[in-house]
Amino acid sequence: MIKFTINGTEHAHAGDPSMPLLWFVRDEAGLTGTKYGCGMAQCGACTVHLDGQAIRSCVTPVSAAAGKAVTTIEHIADDKVGAAVQAAWRERDVVQCGYCQSGQIMSAVALLKSNPSPSDADIDAAMGGNVCRCATYVRIRDAIHAAARAAA
Amino acid sequence: MNIMRRFESPAAAPSGELPAPVRISRRSFLQGVGSGVGGFALGVYFAPALAAADKAIPGHAGNPDAIPTAKNMPEPQAFVRIGADNGVTVIAKHLEMGQGTFTGLATLTADELDADWAQVRVEAAPADVKRYANTLMGIQGTGGSTAMANAHRQMRLAGATARAMLVAAAAERWKVPADEVQVSAGIVSHPGSGHSAGFGELAEAAAQQPVPATVTLKRPEQFTLIGKQKLPRKDSADKTDGSAMFTQDVQLPGMLVAVVAHPPRFGATLKRVDASKARAIKGVVDVVEFEGGPGRFGGVAVLSTNTWIARQGRDALQLEWDDAKASRLDSDAMWRQYAELAGKPGTVARNDGDATAALEKAAKVVEADYAFPYLAHAPMEPLNCVVKLADGGCEIWNGEQLHTGDQGAIAATLGLKPDQVTIHQLYAGGSFGRRANSQSDYVLEALSIARAAQAKGHKVPIKMVWTREEDTRGGYYRPAFLHRIRAGVDADGKLVAWHHRMVGQSIMKGTPFEQYAIKDGIDSSSVEGAAYPYPIANLYMDLHSPDTGVPVLWWRSVGHTHTGFATEAMIDELAAASGQDPYTFRRAMLGEHPRHRAVLDKAAEAAGWRKPLARGGKGEKRGRGIAVVESFNSYVAQVVEVTAGADGALRVDRVVCAVDCGLAINPDVIRAQMEGGIGYALAAALHSEITLKDGVVEQSNFHNYTMLRIDEMPKVEVHIVASDANPTGVGEPGVPPLAPALAGAIFAATGKRIRKLPIGKQLKA
Ligand code: FES
Ligand code: FES
Repeated sequence: MIKFTINGTEHAHAGDPSMPLLWFVRDEAGLTGTKYGCGMAQCGACTVHLDGQAIRSCVTPVSAAAGKAVTTIEHIADDKVGAAVQAAWRERDVVQCGYCQSGQIMSAVALLKSNPSPSDADIDAAMGGNVCRCATYVRIRDAIHAAARAAA
Repeated sequence: MNIMRRFESPAAAPSGELPAPVRISRRSFLQGVGSGVGGFALGVYFAPALAAADKAIPGHAGNPDAIPTAKNMPEPQAFVRIGADNGVTVIAKHLEMGQGTFTGLATLTADELDADWAQVRVEAAPADVKRYANTLMGIQGTGGSTAMANAHRQMRLAGATARAMLVAAAAERWKVPADEVQVSAGIVSHPGSGHSAGFGELAEAAAQQPVPATVTLKRPEQFTLIGKQKLPRKDSADKTDGSAMFTQDVQLPGMLVAVVAHPPRFGATLKRVDASKARAIKGVVDVVEFEGGPGRFGGVAVLSTNTWIARQGRDALQLEWDDAKASRLDSDAMWRQYAELAGKPGTVARNDGDATAALEKAAKVVEADYAFPYLAHAPMEPLNCVVKLADGGCEIWNGEQLHTGDQGAIAATLGLKPDQVTIHQLYAGGSFGRRANSQSDYVLEALSIARAAQAKGHKVPIKMVWTREEDTRGGYYRPAFLHRIRAGVDADGKLVAWHHRMVGQSIMKGTPFEQYAIKDGIDSSSVEGAAYPYPIANLYMDLHSPDTGVPVLWWRSVGHTHTGFATEAMIDELAAASGQDPYTFRRAMLGEHPRHRAVLDKAAEAAGWRKPLARGGKGEKRGRGIAVVESFNSYVAQVVEVTAGADGALRVDRVVCAVDCGLAINPDVIRAQMEGGIGYALAAALHSEITLKDGVVEQSNFHNYTMLRIDEMPKVEVHIVASDANPTGVGEPGVPPLAPALAGAIFAATGKRIRKLPIGKQLKA
C-alpha cells in the first residue's frame, strides 16, 4: 500500500506501483484538471507538484509519491504564488483551448517559487517542457513576469 | 425564467429556470445537406454572395434599420435566457476550441441587451439543426472561421429582442412610456420616476410581453461591449483552476475507458488478435474488436476503468493485420510521383489569356517547385469521445465541431431519429479542423466500440481515448502538395504571366461534401487562394488530385496553408528577379484590393519596413519578409524578422501582423488568435512533417512530430485595421501569411530560397 496526500487529502494505492501518478490522480482520485498530452514527458500537460517540485506525472510512478505531498491545479490557488499566477493568467486571458494550461500554471508556479524574478531566458528554460499547441506563449511569458511582480 | 416563454409549450418551471426546449422536428444531416440551406462552406471558404442572399444574415456592423424579428428571430430564447437570479445565459451554438467563440457570441448578445458583462454566462447549445444551424453551412457546425460571420446578426437580434421585452415589462409595471425606459449595464430604469430594476426582477413579466414585431440594432457608436479593448474571456476562470470539462475528463458511473489499437497501415484489416497477455493484466475488464466503415479503420479496444491499465493492455495485444487493401505509400516515392504529375497537364482550374505565350515573351521568368508535407493537427487533447447507449437512444459527450453531422451519422447507424441522439457539448482541447470530419470517423468509432462492448454484456458508458501515438498516426492529415509555378514579368517589372500546376489529394472527394465542393473535377479546397489576389492577364492553373490512400482533412486554414505560401513565395521571387522591393511590388498590384492593401501598408509601416533592421551579433545576418493572404474573408499581412547564425541556426525575432476581419468584436481575442495562428504556422514552417515508409507513419509523438516551444516563439505585435464590414473569422486567417513571410526573411538574410516545408535543417546544409 502506497500512501501519500493529494491537495492535503490522504490517498492510498494498492495496485501496480509502477502506474504513473497521472493516472492515479485522474482516474482513481478523480481530479481531472491534470491532463494527458503525450505520456512520455514531452509536453508538460501532466505537470503536478511533488513536495513542491514540478514533475511530469505521466512518467512518475505512484511509488515515487510514497509519503509525499502532491499538489494539483485544483488547489494551486491555496498558495500565495499559485494565486498570483492564476490571477495573472486570468488578467491577461492567456488561455485558448485551455488543455495545456493546468500544466503551464503548475510549471510557472514552481519556477517563481525557486526564482521570484525570472528573466526571459529563465522562463525559456523552465517552461520549455510545456507545449502549448495553441501557442499562447507570448501571454504565458507576460503573465509570468506579471505574477512575479505581483508576488514580490 | 425564460423570457421568451410564449414559444415554449410546457409551462415555465416555477424555479425560474428554463423548461427543456421544445423538440422541433429536425432534419437529418444528409437531408440538411440536400436542402442546401444557405450554401455550403465548411472549412473551405464562405461564399459572401450566398450569405448576402440570406436575409437572416446580411447587414453591416451597425445597421440601424428596424429589423422584423418574426422572420429573423423566430425563437430568441434559443440564444438567450434571463434568470430570476439576474443571470443572463447566452446559448452558444458553436464549439469553443480555443478560438474565443463563447466570448464572441456572448459579447454580441450582451451588448444589444445592455447587460453587465459580469452577469453573463455561456452555455453550449445542444445539437439541433433547426435552431442552431450555421447559417453559412446549413448544418450545425463550427469551421471555416464562420462563427462570427454567420451568427453575429442572430446573436445581436436575440439580445435586442430580449431588451425590448424587458423594457416593455418595465413600462407596464411602472406605468411610464416605454421610450423613456433606459437600460444600462444590467439595470432597467426610468429616470423621470426614479424607478429601477435588475433584469431578474423583470424576467417573469418580460416573458409575458409579446415579441416585438421589429427591433433596431445599435449603431457602432452605441456599442458598450463590442469592440471594447479588454473584455475578459468567459472561459478563463475554469481553464485556470482545473474545472473546465473536456471529453477526456468525463467520468460517468460504471464508465469504462477504451484504449484503441488501429492498424498500422491505412486500409488494413484485423486478421487475428491474441489478447491473452492483455487479459492477464489486473484491471483489464475486456478486449473487444470493433468494425471500421467508410473513412475509418477497425481495430481492437481494451477496456478498463483506468486509462493506464487499458493502455498496458493495448500494448500487450498481439495483433496480425491483413494488408491486402492497405496503402503502402512511401513518402519518397510519393514525391517522385507528384513531380512526374507536375510535368503533365492536369484538370484546368483557370485559363485567362494565354499564359504559355506570354511567358515566352516575358522579360524575366521564374520557375519553382514548392513542396508541402502531410501535417497532423495534433491538438493537445488527443481524439476521444464518450458514448452511452440506451434503449431507443444514445448520449454522446464530445467537443463537437460538426454537431448535427455527427448526430445524424450516429442516428443512421443505430436506426434512430436524430433527436434520439443527445450530444453533451464540451470544450475541445484544440481541434484545428480534426474534430470536424464529414465521415464522423472517430465518433462512429467510439460508437462501434460501445456497441461491441454492449454485445459482450458491458452496458455501461464507454470513453474511447486515442493515445498521442494513435492521434499522430491516425491520418486525416493536411494533404501533401506540390506546386509548380512558372511566372514572368515584362521589361517594366509588371507581372504578366503565371502558369501554376498543383498536385495533391482532394479533401472533399468521397465525402458528403463532394457534390458541393468539387466542380468540374476541381476541389475548391485544393486551389483556393492560388495566385490570388494579383491581377494577372495571362493566368493558367491546373490540378492533379491523386489518391494515396492516406486520409486527408482540412487543417487550420485548409488550402491556404499551401496556396498562400506558393503564391506569396513566387511573388517574392519575381520581385527579386526584377529588382523590386517585395512590399512595393505587392502594393502596386493591389489597387483593386483596398483591404489587402490596407493591412499590407499597416504591417509594413508598423514594422518599419523602410528603415534598415538593427544589425545582428557577430556572424549573424538579419532579414525581413512580408506576405499578405486573404482567407475566409479576413485579410492578414505579416512582416517577419529573423536572425540567421553562421552555423545555420535560425531565430524568428518578431512578427508584426495587421488584420482586417470586419467589425472587431473582441479585439483581444483577435490579437490572441493572430498570436496563436502565428505560433501554429511557425511550428509547421520550422518543424512539422508526417512521413510514411511502406505505408507506416514514421512519427508517433512530440519527440518526432515536433512542436513549437516557448523559446522559439517570436515577439508578436498585432494591429487591427478598423472596419465596419461584416465581422469575419480569426481562427484560421492568422496562419497562411507566416510561412511565406518567414521564407522572405530568410532569403533577405541569407540569400537562400525556401521552397520546401518544413525548413528543418535546410539552413544547415
Ligand atoms: S503527458 Fe506528461 S509530459 Fe506530456
Ligand atoms: S491553450 Fe490550447 S494547448 Fe495551450
